[in-house]
Amino acid sequence: MGNYFKLIALGCTALFAAIAANWGRDPAYILHAMIILGVSGYMFIRVLRSIDEPVKATPHGYMDDVVRAGVIATGLWGVVGFLVGVVIAFQLAFPALNFEVLQPYGNFGRLRPLHTSAVIFAFGGNALIMSSFYIVQRTCGARLWGGNLAWFVFWGYNLFIVLAATGYLLGATQSKEYAEPEWYVDLWLTIVWVAFLLVYLGTIFKRTEKHIYVANWFLLSFIITVAMLHIVNNISIPVSIWGSKSVQIFGGVQDAMTQWWYGHNAVGFFLTAGFLGMMYYFVPKQAGRPVYSYKLSIIHFWALIFLYIWAGPHHLHYTALPDWASTLGMVFSIILWMPSWGGMINGLMTLQGAWDKLRTDPVLRMFVISLAFYGMSTFEGPMMSIRAVNSLSHYTDWTIGHVHSGALGWNGMITFGALYFLTPKLWGRAQMHSMSAINWHFWLATIGIILYAASMWVTGIMEGLMWREVDANGFLVNSFADTVSAKFPMYVVRGLGGVLYLTGALIMVWNMFMTIWGGARVAAPVGIPAE
Amino acid sequence: MDTYSILREIADSWVLLAMFLFFVGVVVWVFRPGSRPVHQDIADIPFRNDDTPGCANNCASCMCSKIKELQP
Repeated sequence: MGNYFKLIALGCTALFAAIAANWGRDPAYILHAMIILGVSGYMFIRVLRSIDEPVKATPHGYMDDVVRAGVIATGLWGVVGFLVGVVIAFQLAFPALNFEVLQPYGNFGRLRPLHTSAVIFAFGGNALIMSSFYIVQRTCGARLWGGNLAWFVFWGYNLFIVLAATGYLLGATQSKEYAEPEWYVDLWLTIVWVAFLLVYLGTIFKRTEKHIYVANWFLLSFIITVAMLHIVNNISIPVSIWGSKSVQIFGGVQDAMTQWWYGHNAVGFFLTAGFLGMMYYFVPKQAGRPVYSYKLSIIHFWALIFLYIWAGPHHLHYTALPDWASTLGMVFSIILWMPSWGGMINGLMTLQGAWDKLRTDPVLRMFVISLAFYGMSTFEGPMMSIRAVNSLSHYTDWTIGHVHSGALGWNGMITFGALYFLTPKLWGRAQMHSMSAINWHFWLATIGIILYAASMWVTGIMEGLMWREVDANGFLVNSFADTVSAKFPMYVVRGLGGVLYLTGALIMVWNMFMTIWGGARVAAPVGIPAE
Repeated sequence: MDTYSILREIADSWVLLAMFLFFVGVVVWVFRPGSRPVHQDIADIPFRNDDTPGCANNCASCMCSKIKELQP
């Protein structure tokens, strides 16, 4: 019976998409209508072919095929995101790389949101979805709830990525940082996200363990909060149902505040709480020991979610935002340092009594360096949120460096660790194909981040100081173009750091491919010290 | 008073107090006597049910107890 409703819904969607492809007002909208037409047409035939077929019984084991798909998607999207990042880094150093033939699609302005969304939402989002599906099953001792709904979440989310990415290239954006997709893409993500929440909650409800493990608390808070942020920040009215352009409901400083309430909590709940959920599962698993202090993990959770939500106004120092609001954001950002470091210490101390494994286990090393970068960037962040520091750092590349030490160091490294943990497990191999390749990846990525962060510190502080430099008569000494030319060497170093990071990721994808294809090559982990 | 002022007054007095008390309550609850074995048990969850779904604490109501019955 359900299949008939599916057919009706898919048929109507395909018909609407066909009309929209004809009547669409802008290229992004027309392309998206064609993509939706293709997907819903394909699904219509698929459902039609399976109609009145006998229903297969639900298997009793864990639902791991969707996690496998997520592992592959994470690896591939990671390479795409890093590659675009390297391209735009060199576009900043050498503007000639904004090739005339590729205009307007290949210029920095359109590739930049493609890079941020590819790494945050495609790479990070797929990592979060696949690892939350893995973790919630293992820690609840239950198969994923909802049958094929988990597959809907995976494919639906990746369709969202494709719509968002192609939209940016064709110029459809609502110009909100990290929330660029236009109204119909936002609506689609809302549907997918609600399905994600249902799968997750359903699995927790039918758990066979009495208690809910702390990783699930973090992952659940990530899912719920991102839903709330996404809906409130994307309230807009489309100009026409046949076009991608929409107008925001909020205006002026209200819009700015909503945007950075969203933006900072996307950092707080997508890139922090979600990845902390991964940390609280994978670090104990890889170290072979339970988390250092479960009490601390509970306090970490409540402190983090009570504090993070207020920190957004620190993005709007010295703007039209009232002073009390930006002071509030600053104070909460500084208090936030404590739970962040509490969590870092909890993760690192999980290795207590197992520190020797760091010498022999390159995967564990990935997790430890990611926690180290988490600690560094959660110290740097509160410091930069202080109004006096922010007056120097804001609008400079110091911010970019800070973001990347968090994103490449904390999010990237912990995801690499999770991929190295999951790939052999999910494909029934003893370990990764090549352990020395993991070592290579580790060092390439670490040196890449160091080049990136160090060059951005230097260039950020330099340009901040140059912008505020005045002569004896109170006139500004430097023009904006002076700072741009002074930054050139650091831009090149940053690009090279990106190349190293991308090379490491390519080695990882090769290693994953060989593991899935062939199995382990080396019997013992490398790096065993000489006796 | 307009809505903004009313909401703001409630937010920075009673709601602030309620949230603060909730947080303090969580911390006190975490350190309650007798919580150590419970927390140790929860912290060990990742090391159970690695390959197949389990039925650790409520076997009677759980699916796999029925599966076991079916097996010869």
